[in-house]
Amino acid sequence: MSEIIVLAEQQAGKIVKATLHALTAARQLAQKTGATFDIVVAGQGIEGLGAQLNGYGAARVVILEHPALLNYTAQAYAQAFAAAASGAKFVIAATTAIAKDVLPRVAARLGAGMAADVLAITGEAGALIYKRPMWAGNVIAHVKINTPVHVLSVRPTEFALAEPTGTTSPVVVVKATVDEAKLRMTYVGLEAVESSRPALTDASVVVSGGRGLKEAANFKIVEKLADTLGAAVGASRAVVDAGWVPNDWQVGQTGKVVAPKLYIAVGISGAIQHLAGMKGSKTIVAINKDADAPIFQVADYGLVADLFSVMPELTEKLAARKG
Amino acid sequence: MKILVTAKRVTDPNSKIVLRPDRQGIVTDNVDFKMNPFCEIAVEEALRLRDKTEDSEIVVVTVGDEETTKEIRTALAMGADRGIRVAADEKSLDSDVVARILMKLCEQEKPDLVLLGKQAIDGDNNQVAQLLAEYLGWPQATFAYKFELTEGNKGARVQREVDGGVETVSLTFPAVVTTDLRLNEPRYASLPGIMKAKKKPLTEVTPAELGVDMTLKVTTVAFEPPPGRTAGVKVKTVEELIEKLATEAKCI
Repeated sequence: MSEIIVLAEQQAGKIVKATLHALTAARQLAQKTGATFDIVVAGQGIEGLGAQLNGYGAARVVILEHPALLNYTAQAYAQAFAAAASGAKFVIAATTAIAKDVLPRVAARLGAGMAADVLAITGEAGALIYKRPMWAGNVIAHVKINTPVHVLSVRPTEFALAEPTGTTSPVVVVKATVDEAKLRMTYVGLEAVESSRPALTDASVVVSGGRGLKEAANFKIVEKLADTLGAAVGASRAVVDAGWVPNDWQVGQTGKVVAPKLYIAVGISGAIQHLAGMKGSKTIVAINKDADAPIFQVADYGLVADLFSVMPELTEKLAARKG
Repeated sequence: MKILVTAKRVTDPNSKIVLRPDRQGIVTDNVDFKMNPFCEIAVEEALRLRDKTEDSEIVVVTVGDEETTKEIRTALAMGADRGIRVAADEKSLDSDVVARILMKLCEQEKPDLVLLGKQAIDGDNNQVAQLLAEYLGWPQATFAYKFELTEGNKGARVQREVDGGVETVSLTFPAVVTTDLRLNEPRYASLPGIMKAKKKPLTEVTPAELGVDMTLKVTTVAFEPPPGRTAGVKVKTVEELIEKLATEAKCI
């Protein structure tokens, strides 16, 4: 097996895009250490996934199969992943809800130190330094892992989407190691936020709304502009907290981190924790009636105006441009 | 039932945090400290669970220096029953050491449920609860949005905030649960609560007394400021905005 293990994530039989960003981090580590990497994915009845992970330069693609892995649960997946990574020096996954949940448990099982939400890997083999955000990204810490095994979650927006290399990786299907007697939790179900819009973390345009919208019903103003642009919809923590929109839409320190080509913040003041989730966007537009709102300090284009009067005009004119 | 809940002292989430010129830490002048907002939600949930059950006890724990006693007192003023401070200098801690300290306390206290905030808004590590659950071999539900006890209070059904929606898991106690934003609205401590808190038991213990190996698995060796982003221009009209986006930023 390889010294570097990438834990891939699948949802309903599809590898999530974030995993392809983690592969870039794995390639960087492979280059620094001279090691190869394996991709490990877990589930039940997912033999077909090998094809999706082939061609990315992995020494092997390992498919862990077990009935207890049919649906994700922290206890079973931690066991299966840790057993599969036994003997590895690096375990990497993209920072997703599942990785946040399971990766520390994998680290605990491997006796490893973990760096969370890594932004960059620097230094040389034997003296690697991981850069990671603290205080909502207002400080970047350089951390060193003191254990022989390093566990890393990597922020997808900071590592490019891996392109296929054209090589083929042998695909191995193995029965996962899960001690079912130790499991005291079961998966009950998922209430999915149904949407025909692109995923927030993948979208090239994101339109987000905040408390300036005044009430939940007004959020449709944001959704309308988003749909005109084929964009994803985001939200500030305040409006998630108020119950206007699903938590899945939250952009910020404790929500999702996005870095689209265009981010439009509507009625968002720009609290520190919100900025932490969108500061990496290529172009930022802010629409807010308060000229002193902190969002204008990071916006490339600021429009100081009453959103209720300018949003319909903006939506209409952008729709007209699209024809 | 017995609930152990954590209360971490952190910088006020609304304070602007900047690196000191010598880059050895953050500027703390004019920065307030308070309980981590997600820990407040955990304390609140513990109080609501105690109201729904009989003979329940809430033990609030923090790991830190003398100052962190204030966060225990705040939790006691909100209504927790007693407190434990594990005396340690923050520089001697990482997520793993804190998890192992909490594991020792769980072995002593034998709680049915450990409630923690989903992440501390200073370190943003989001690891302690998951490490603790694995060290104890317990089930976990992170990012709790709704929490319901199951029959006989032997476990819980927890709805969790996940990518793409809300997931439900069922757990058998003892278990570890971390709280997310929408779980509840934490109460403020009342004046009588604050008075009562002064008389509630608060014990102190050291990691050495608990038998915790303080070897750090992760060390912070340096800090740097984040890449800066400067304010752009203000546009006057929607038309000007569209023009800039089309010709200058070329993103529409």
